[in-house]
Amino acid sequence: MDEIASLIEPLIPGLRRYAWALLRDDEAADDLVQDTLERAIARWSQRRHDGDLKAWLFAIERNLFLNGIRQRKRRGPHVGAEALENVPAFAGDPDGSVRMDDIITGLDALPEEQRSVLLLVGVEDLSYEQAAQALDVPLGTVMSRLSRARKKMRQFIEVGRSAALRRVK
Amino acid sequence: MTDERPIGEDDLQAYIDGRLMPARREEVEAYLAANPTAAAETALEAKHREALRARLAFKASEPIPARLRVANLMGAKRRAPRFRLASVAAAVAWLAIGLVCGALGSAWIRDGHLRPFTHGTNAAGDAITAYRTYVTERLHPVEVAADQEAHLVQWLSRRLGKPLVAPNLNQNGYRLMGGRLLPAGNQPAAMFMYEDGRGNRLTLYARSGDAEGSTAFRFENQDGVSAFSWIDDGLSYVVAGRIGREDLLTVAETIYKQFESQAPPGRSKL
Repeated sequence: MDEIASLIEPLIPGLRRYAWALLRDDEAADDLVQDTLERAIARWSQRRHDGDLKAWLFAIERNLFLNGIRQRKRRGPHVGAEALENVPAFAGDPDGSVRMDDIITGLDALPEEQRSVLLLVGVEDLSYEQAAQALDVPLGTVMSRLSRARKKMRQFIEVGRSAALRRVK
Repeated sequence: MTDERPIGEDDLQAYIDGRLMPARREEVEAYLAANPTAAAETALEAKHREALRARLAFKASEPIPARLRVANLMGAKRRAPRFRLASVAAAVAWLAIGLVCGALGSAWIRDGHLRPFTHGTNAAGDAITAYRTYVTERLHPVEVAADQEAHLVQWLSRRLGKPLVAPNLNQNGYRLMGGRLLPAGNQPAAMFMYEDGRGNRLTLYARSGDAEGSTAFRFENQDGVSAFSWIDDGLSYVVAGRIGREDLLTVAETIYKQFESQAPPGRSKL
């Protein structure tokens, strides 16, 4: 147990940050982290020993997040595959702490897969190989998604928020 | 590797992330110098990367909530089913105790045994007093140290007349320091002391119960010292410490679970 704690705990701040970036809610984010850690502990022995722990933990967290989105079906009666493309398109922070000129609104303009690669590489400092492992895609896909994500973010900020907000519906 | 390879989007991304080898970085910089549009876009994207990092940095610098500590999660992991079972068992036990008390109550009163049925409070109060007395002790917190654990447990078991076990709280981050014998009214009590890596101490207090059977956990807090008490198999147990209710509950459940899994006749083994 000491071994598990000493390996996992240094990664918890990053797992909390990624969860918060996805969910934008303190409690919900820590719930997601807790689920992630519980699953990691339960499956500790099944972890591939040649695998990367950081990539493994972020993969668990992201998969739980996506499962939660699939299960919750919060977005109304019509939830198709495209719901995953556009998760979750925040309407804004209820307490108003997230402002429209916030870089985070640019994040919301991205499809989840681009958002995740941007966060994992650009914020959580996963190597491209770790990101490929966490997202379960080839390395080349990581690079092209990253490229598209940054381009889209830049265009979103250049073009202005109004157009993008209309697109989000 | 550093020859004529054309610059690709992967190079530009790695440039933005600062992950290029120096030789390749120079090539990318030369390319950007010759392509002002690409240079402007790349600079903007690097700026947005930094802005996002700065915006999210606060979350990673927050202290980690206790519920996300691995030790607490490992304690809680096996808790749910066990705790429900324990509650059911406790409810049944309380019912039985109530029936017995009702039946014997009049006899007790007749015999002058008018003793209030407040074992938990008493044991908890005594345990908290013992905690206050010995946990702050620097020189002699325990009478017999953990390196003589077998002897300690045997000795205390003999004095209490019941087989005791010093539970292993490593999974909660606490190590056994040792224990001591205490007076408790007209009977002896045993106390084990534990310490975590930062010098926080917990005690487990045990004495012959004032009732048979078992009870649910009961929580009490006196001036910052928290205690969970319960009765199991004729012994009153109290775990006390200056930690939050949730953390202490995790410890109490660990102890309870270990006693359950070592139920008689294996009880007396370490």
